Amino acid sequence: MVILYQTVALFLLLTLVAGLWRILRGPTSADRMLAAQLFGTTAVACVLLLAQAFDCPALRDVALIFALLAAVTAIAFVRRAWTAGEQNNADK
Amino acid sequence: MLISEILTSLLLAAGAFFFFAGTVGLLRFPDVYTRLHALTKADNVGLGLMILGLALQADSWAAAGKLLLIWLLVLLASASVAHLIAKAAHQKGIEPWQR
Amino acid sequence: MAAMTLLPLLFDTLLGLSLIWLAWRALTSTDLFQAIVLFIAFGLLMALTWVRLDAPDVAMAEAAIGAGLTGALLLATLARLKANNKTKSAPEKKFSLLLTLIILPVVTGLVYVVLTLPQNTPGLAILVAENLKTTGVTNPVTAVLLNYRGYDTLLELAVLLVALLGVWSFGGVPKPHEAYSGPVLNMLLRLLIPLLIMVAGYLLWVGANAPGGAFQAGSVLGAAGVLLLLAGWQLSTRFAELPLRIILVSGVVMFTMAGIVFIVSGRQFLEYPPSFAGAFILLIEAAATLSIGITLAALFLGGRPGLRRHK
Repeated sequence: MVILYQTVALFLLLTLVAGLWRILRGPTSADRMLAAQLFGTTAVACVLLLAQAFDCPALRDVALIFALLAAVTAIAFVRRAWTAGEQNNADK
Repeated sequence: MLISEILTSLLLAAGAFFFFAGTVGLLRFPDVYTRLHALTKADNVGLGLMILGLALQADSWAAAGKLLLIWLLVLLASASVAHLIAKAAHQKGIEPWQR
Repeated sequence: MAAMTLLPLLFDTLLGLSLIWLAWRALTSTDLFQAIVLFIAFGLLMALTWVRLDAPDVAMAEAAIGAGLTGALLLATLARLKANNKTKSAPEKKFSLLLTLIILPVVTGLVYVVLTLPQNTPGLAILVAENLKTTGVTNPVTAVLLNYRGYDTLLELAVLLVALLGVWSFGGVPKPHEAYSGPVLNMLLRLLIPLLIMVAGYLLWVGANAPGGAFQAGSVLGAAGVLLLLAGWQLSTRFAELPLRIILVSGVVMFTMAGIVFIVSGRQFLEYPPSFAGAFILLIEAAATLSIGITLAALFLGGRPGLRRHK
């Protein structure tokens, strides 16, 4: 079972790294921020798998904090960085 | 004991597949609105399946409850944030992709 | 089986390489927004690295402060920068060369030192474990932070306060954003903020026996404050005067008082009697959590509340 958890965690990390491309590419700011959200959700899953694989319940609290703070960053983006007089064709 | 392990493995594999689908969607879909769909729907289902699989293996009801809380929280936050981003994108005049 | 050692190795290698690549891209990006998002991603991966290094306390703090709060702060700062002038620029060639010449030997030295570290030195871990009973807590990290090295933490709280004073020296709060926060944001906040406060209380309580503690709880509380500010909530001026300042200094004051109180019975500064140590640590951490949370939210505010800045 531990091997299964670690394999899935590695797979998730690979999909996370693949998502990096969208940060570099995505034409609008929202695309880049979306990739950061992907990181957040994938990291939650990774940490939960590691919590089970290495029998460390404290890591579930770490995952809880990941989930909470990812929401804060996204809201900061929408309310500040994006609606503050930025043209959407100045992002190229 | 063995049944729950098989079940967990299946759920984890299904969850991993949905995460993969979500990333593929993020990389391949044509505009920000469709990418939002890929991200929030596929990733959350993937996370839900994984958490269900992990909850089967949890030591206590408290641990399983914490896992469920994490999933509900991510669900709530992603759905609301997706709405906020899409609304802001629409207000900025980002056009949805036409075929 | 070989898989048991191969899988963690692959995971850690991928993690390490992505960290280096992210750091490089974040620093060399000419688009500031892209750099900020890369930095947030870097913070998340850093937290994952702390998890792999067996340090859940640091992972919590990194996720909350490094990825979350700093990300929000940088995004808000970028918004204010963009409102004033252009933000795209590329660094000069000569400057980059000079920086590389300085950093390269430092990095080489660090790599050499880390690679030649002796393999299994317990350091002070044995002493910490032996004396854990007298500290009043069972989490060794909390014991080190709040008991063995209490004055380090006391001074860290003071440093946070001084940082806030630095921000306050810039003058009043900039003009608040007028955007209407729709029903979705309101609903989200109504659900998230009580949850954040509850999680902060939970982390504070659990910090005595498991990873957690004042800084982690305080940063989650700070996140709740930042959310309120993002939704357009304004601090009432009556609160901004005395009550705010009392809460801000309560962490440092409580810590100092706890340190002084036992001098009368013949102990040193910051030495707690073992029978009271647990209760005292909880008291100090509670005041510190409140302090840290309000300080972080006040840092996000960007100016002295109660004073309006004249542009």
